[in-house]
Amino acid sequence: MISNTSREDTGDRPIPPTSVPKRRRERINRRVIPGFGLTMGFTLTYLTLLVLIPLSAVFIRTSGMGWDDFWKAISSPQVVSAYKVTFGVSFYAALTNAFFGFIVAWVLTRYQFPGRKLVDALVDLPFALPTAVAGIALTALYAPNGWLGQFLYPLGLETAYSTTGIFIALTFIGLPFVVRTLQPVIEVFDREVEEAGASLGASRLRVFFTIIVPALIPAMLTGFALAFARAIGEYGSVIFISGNQPMKTEIVPLVIVKFLENYNYPQATAVACVMLIASFVLLLIVNILQRWTESIGQARS
Amino acid sequence: MAAILSRVRHDTYPKTDNAITEPRLIRWLLILVAISFLGLFLFMPLVAVFVEAFKQGTKLYFATFEDKYAVDAILLTLKIAAISVPLNLVFGLAAAWVITKFSYRGKSLLVTVLDLPFAVSPVIAGLIFVLIFSTTHGWLAEPLKEYNIRIIFALPGIALATVFITLPFIARELVPVMQAQGKDEEFAALTLGAGGWRTFFTVTLPNVKWGLFYGVILCNARAMGEFGAVAVVSGNIKGRTSTLPLYIETLYNEYNGVAAFTLASILSLLALLTLVLKNFVDWRVAKSRNNQDLNLSLFTFPPFTRPLAALPHEHPCPQHP
Repeated sequence: MISNTSREDTGDRPIPPTSVPKRRRERINRRVIPGFGLTMGFTLTYLTLLVLIPLSAVFIRTSGMGWDDFWKAISSPQVVSAYKVTFGVSFYAALTNAFFGFIVAWVLTRYQFPGRKLVDALVDLPFALPTAVAGIALTALYAPNGWLGQFLYPLGLETAYSTTGIFIALTFIGLPFVVRTLQPVIEVFDREVEEAGASLGASRLRVFFTIIVPALIPAMLTGFALAFARAIGEYGSVIFISGNQPMKTEIVPLVIVKFLENYNYPQATAVACVMLIASFVLLLIVNILQRWTESIGQARS
Repeated sequence: MAAILSRVRHDTYPKTDNAITEPRLIRWLLILVAISFLGLFLFMPLVAVFVEAFKQGTKLYFATFEDKYAVDAILLTLKIAAISVPLNLVFGLAAAWVITKFSYRGKSLLVTVLDLPFAVSPVIAGLIFVLIFSTTHGWLAEPLKEYNIRIIFALPGIALATVFITLPFIARELVPVMQAQGKDEEFAALTLGAGGWRTFFTVTLPNVKWGLFYGVILCNARAMGEFGAVAVVSGNIKGRTSTLPLYIETLYNEYNGVAAFTLASILSLLALLTLVLKNFVDWRVAKSRNNQDLNLSLFTFPPFTRPLAALPHEHPCPQHP
């Protein structure tokens, strides 16, 4: 560790690190590698034109509405029922993913079995498969006359064109977030700690619940939050399987699209504003959770 | 150093030490649960696409490609990818350079802004461009009408929305790779008298080529498959602004299941190819790096599940053998 830092410093600058204050060293550093002005200018222009200005359009448009109109727009019955569906189903889908995602991540990192590599690669499928394709494929499976639907419907499970259908689609797209967040954490988990627990006489179950689970909770929450954040914005995979009945199985993104199709731009913008704020809050939570996960990882090593 | 030691000690543990693993029965039960869950939610939908596409024989499968609108949709999708991937490639290189090679205040803010497109719903990504460029309701409605420029319900709008959605992919893959690489080699090149561009093309670029390649295939897969954002800005005019995913929706809603699943199978093949290339890159990187003390896996699929903002600014130097 000590050799690393000294190496870094001598490699960094010919200037002795102790004699120059940190701030100045940074400025010198900036000058030695060329291209700061060019790349910084290009990056900032690109981000401003394509991300900041367009996103600010939502807020500026909304701020021109007036509080009463805004409140009316975001609290109409159709919109409120869509919030309930979106946030409620996303929550259950993310919870399901946190549970099964943990089992999948555990099995993939800790156990050896034939086909493990293939299964591991398959976990990424929801990231790579376009959402529209996922939507029609899931509908083909879970519709009343679908492959699985024909067996599930007689049992009273209405898997498509209901909130269950939305749940299936959101579970599909959220799964990799939990698995891919947990896998590296399980991988670097120090097995000596487990061994210590076992040698002190704890049963495997006790080791699992008192040593392993507490250490994995931050990563699990991160995965949950990522899956939830993805789920509330999801559109393509849901609209095919949800049936889109007003007040029943409409999700918020679909409501926004419907407002746009009716040229009801103010209401579409107002609802989008609410969803953007929700997304930003989630992004913040994810960042905090990730710092927490990191700090646990660093404390361990 | 410490990590190498701990890894060596790890490897000396017998893999099936009874004290620190579960009973055999539980192990197999958990494997069974995991595989059935993945089978039900991931594997079966994938199989369903191909089975539904070939349901009425290969003849009908290939007949779909004689549909003029389908060909137009494929061409439009290729065009959109050809516009958005190079733009984000240049941006990704510039952003990764400015994030990893310099120190300054506000860097984590920059990274957060870079992440925003991941956090925004695709529908809202489309909406923001409608709010600016719509000829009826947009900010720029007047000048656009005056010069008769169409952006929304035309190719530029689809390209803009796609660029927005895929903006972080390449930068996000490059940043950790460049960060792990450090700055020493660039310093050496500059000391030996190479110019900035020469240093970039002969030192930096070869070092990050796999990260770059991976970022490009990811960005491309998303650009070709984007649905929500494009649906909002395109207007979905058959043969003109209908991309492949949008045309799949049209066919599906017209109860033309075979054609819809046929086109879906192309996009599924693209997804599978992306997964294969991803694993190939992982394997290459693992091979070229197995002597180095880099514990973090450089390639995890969703770029943003990696805590980038929380990464330390300076990585410990890789230990050369």
